[in-house]
Amino acid sequence: MRTESSDKKRNNAEPEGGFCEEIVRRSGDNFRRCLHCQCCGSGCPVVDAMKYRPNGVIRLVQLGFRREALESSDIWLCMGCNTCSTECPMAVDIAAVMSALRETAVEEGARIAEPGILNFHKEVLNSIKRYGRTHKLEIMMRHKLRQLELFSDIDIGLKMLSKRKLDLRPSKIRNISAVQKLFPGLTGGKE
Amino acid sequence: MKNAGEIEISYFPGCSLATTAKENNESLIEVCRHMGYRLTELADWNCCGSSSAHGIKPGLGFNLSCRNLSLAPEGIPLLVACPSCILHLKQAHSLLKRNESARNEYERLWGRQADSELKILHFFELMDGSGCIPDTTLNGLKCAPYYGCMLARPPELRHEKNYHGLMEKILSCYGASPVRWSYSSRCCGTFLSAAKPEVAGPMVNKIVQNAVDSGAECIVTACAMCHLNIEIRCTLKKVVPIFHFSELLSIAFKTGTGKNWFARHLIDPAPLLKSREL
Repeated sequence: MRTESSDKKRNNAEPEGGFCEEIVRRSGDNFRRCLHCQCCGSGCPVVDAMKYRPNGVIRLVQLGFRREALESSDIWLCMGCNTCSTECPMAVDIAAVMSALRETAVEEGARIAEPGILNFHKEVLNSIKRYGRTHKLEIMMRHKLRQLELFSDIDIGLKMLSKRKLDLRPSKIRNISAVQKLFPGLTGGKE
Repeated sequence: MKNAGEIEISYFPGCSLATTAKENNESLIEVCRHMGYRLTELADWNCCGSSSAHGIKPGLGFNLSCRNLSLAPEGIPLLVACPSCILHLKQAHSLLKRNESARNEYERLWGRQADSELKILHFFELMDGSGCIPDTTLNGLKCAPYYGCMLARPPELRHEKNYHGLMEKILSCYGASPVRWSYSSRCCGTFLSAAKPEVAGPMVNKIVQNAVDSGAECIVTACAMCHLNIEIRCTLKKVVPIFHFSELLSIAFKTGTGKNWFARHLIDPAPLLKSREL
């Protein structure tokens, strides 16, 4: 699944051959068939916060604008809700394309346009690695700490605690080693 | 609902129902019991990978989903409560059926062959299969049925049955009055609610505002995460209570232990229930 990468490629602002093929292979979806009709964007719930809109991101990849695509905030705002694919007359799996772009961006060490969102995802993965399940209170505390926003949303946190919606202790699985062996890249739960 | 008569099903609750939405879990189990389904929780299940694994390390997401599939007993269906979990489990199952190297990886990791016959069911599918016996229990409660993104699917699953309108059908059968509104299939913001509240907040407000403008007294959600996001992120002055679909069904079936569930809601539904004599 890993694809070749190099500093030369990463810093190249010119269109680059091969990038489209790489993302087609990684996403498992041949999005070359996109018509750019923009139906995806009209269904997308976060389109207002996007710079390129979903088909615009696809266009960047088709034309080989590697850095623009990997460093865009659009790929991080996408929640994978699949509304775009439902609208798409060509059945492009847009959510899978966005996942492939995020994975590539992380692997290559591209500049992440939305570090807060990536940090949140990493905290979720760390929680799964530690417990086999997600422990929401800890994920939120660690995320807020990392973002240096420990006191934002504290009112919501307290309300949830008082309604017993945030468990203090994690729900753990017994055979944690079966889950941990799936995480070769992440170490010790301290990431 | 007609009783299906003691059918055994294995059950994957998922992280939300096991923790933040225990009221969803308990009411769903009660409703299933009432309908004659005996649920056995999947032993030692793990997180399906959620948006985070599937969004930045799809291979890891696939493997996390597969471990759950490998735990499922053969010969009985696997019921999944959360719309997001079921999508991840179904996508993994679909890839296993299509792709030999995925099957080999599965066998290497989990020491058994992938069960291509495994039926993965959402709660809606159980409801859809059962005949409805009309009555008026819900006393004309005006509700806005909210599906979020659960009806949207990736192209590989687009030929599977769609459940648009199912909540409307069942709730009306029990005497509720579902309103027509524009935001029933609008995504709730999922993880952006935690990771980028300034984007998720306005999304939630639009959803609730539209429900209120459409005359709804409450919103009914099919997904525990939608439920939580709406409750914590809505900043409108006029809000309406948010019910889990399974809670309203439980009221409709008079299975009766609902009192504690509503104490776990951030927007108190008690005054509304009292005014409707529920």
